[in-house]
Amino acid sequence: MTMTPPAPGAAVVYKDPVRQALARRTARRNALVGMGSLIGFTVVIALLVSRTPGWPVVQETFFSPEQFADSLPGLLEAFMLNVRIFLIAEPLILVFSLVIALTRTLRAPIFLPLRVLATIYVDVFRGVPTILVIFLLGFGVPALRLQGVPNDPVFWGTAALVLSYSAYVAEVFRAGIGSVHPSQRMAARSLGLSMAQTNRFVVLPQAIRNVVPPLLNDFISLQKDTALVAVLGPIEVLRQAQIDASSTFNYTPYVAAALIFIALTIPMTRFADWVQARMARRQRAGGVA
Amino acid sequence: MSPLLEVSGVWKSFDEHPVLRGLDLVVEPHQAVVLIGASGSGKSTLLRCINGLESVDAGRIVLDGDVEVSDPRVDLDKVRRRVGIVFQSYNLFPHMTVLDNITLAPRKVVKVGGARAESEAMALLERFGLAAKARDYPDRLSGGQAQRAAIVRALAMQPELMLFDEITSALDPLLVGEVLDAVRDLKSGGLTIVMATHEMGFAREVADRVCFLHDGIVREQGTPEQVFGSPQEPETREFLARVLA
Repeated sequence: MTMTPPAPGAAVVYKDPVRQALARRTARRNALVGMGSLIGFTVVIALLVSRTPGWPVVQETFFSPEQFADSLPGLLEAFMLNVRIFLIAEPLILVFSLVIALTRTLRAPIFLPLRVLATIYVDVFRGVPTILVIFLLGFGVPALRLQGVPNDPVFWGTAALVLSYSAYVAEVFRAGIGSVHPSQRMAARSLGLSMAQTNRFVVLPQAIRNVVPPLLNDFISLQKDTALVAVLGPIEVLRQAQIDASSTFNYTPYVAAALIFIALTIPMTRFADWVQARMARRQRAGGVA
Repeated sequence: MSPLLEVSGVWKSFDEHPVLRGLDLVVEPHQAVVLIGASGSGKSTLLRCINGLESVDAGRIVLDGDVEVSDPRVDLDKVRRRVGIVFQSYNLFPHMTVLDNITLAPRKVVKVGGARAESEAMALLERFGLAAKARDYPDRLSGGQAQRAAIVRALAMQPELMLFDEITSALDPLLVGEVLDAVRDLKSGGLTIVMATHEMGFAREVADRVCFLHDGIVREQGTPEQVFGSPQEPETREFLARVLA
């Protein structure tokens, strides 16, 4: 049974039904093969791991269901501190790093000291490992015993994360500013907009849009790095897992802590992928503007 | 009455490569002056210097007999409010609607109220056949529509002098006509225009004066009849023979 194709030139969508059926069959087969391959691969890995000589001991010390159930509520409660650190640090980082990035683009000679300062800041804090910044601030500043300066380790841990991450994120913003074509700046200036207005209305909106994917990437990284504040002693999720593990000689709480982090970062990662894909689609549609 | 624009003895080089070499040009009010010449003859550079987007190395550019654009101490933002420029590559702001593209400078530079800026912009869009596109983003426009929107954006600042820098060179041949129609419209409205173009037919039709740029100076100028009909300089004849062939 063959359908007669519409007359040539007709304003309709026409696809050969035989070809359509073939395409559907191929798609179904691809899905089945993919599924089967995934299941087979998982089974092989599971068999290989469970046959290693040390597996029974590892299973007991890392994957004990009882330990998991015992530690999870406490870990989740401690994790709220990580969430709090993240929620406080992130907006501060965004504001601070944008100011740093803009300072580095200032060209007027009067701003030279600011520019030098911003450059030194970025160089230093990108060079020093985050955990060292946390140590130095968390133990160093309270030791000064300054009046009116808080001693709270969470405060200094968060401050260290803000300082460390702002240096990275400032570079992301700077790259974004550099990615806006010079002709955009020229067009804005030719209309009589000042340098500041050009930045505010023309360059920055485009720059920020261009760096959303790398920014989200840095957010994900920051979510994990809130665990570094553990070195100062406050009971966040990693510290809680340490406490649980050392009281029971079982490492399952660490695995539970890892799962908690994953549960938070995976949606964020998928979201970042989605944003990136959407922007790529838009750019393809955009062309010269 | 002083000329609207007086360019005298302007020199400009990029990295030891001289582009303008003591160029003179006078533009009277309501005149349309068309710049022709080979690529690299300095047409674009001259337009950018007039708008203050490039600083000159020597010489003077005087606007309306009172503002010296070439003076390093002059407030260029003030100059640019009086001189509009449209570029080959449109340079619309891709993150704003057509309407926002047009009202940005009137609102932020002239401090016109939002409602007034919008109604003035809509009137201009209407005049250039773009009213239906006001709320669209630039990526939804054809090249010809984008370039007309760029013209409207420059026009919204009510410039005394309009500069066009090869505004049809990036366009599909089918779309050149609608952009040239817009320029014709402005010319008949009495706007003073300096235009660099490769469209010789249009230059002949619309120009009050044609200037042939060669080696960084105006080598020959005159009415379209003089320059196209009986060119005096051998370089002009050679150039015209090549582009009209």
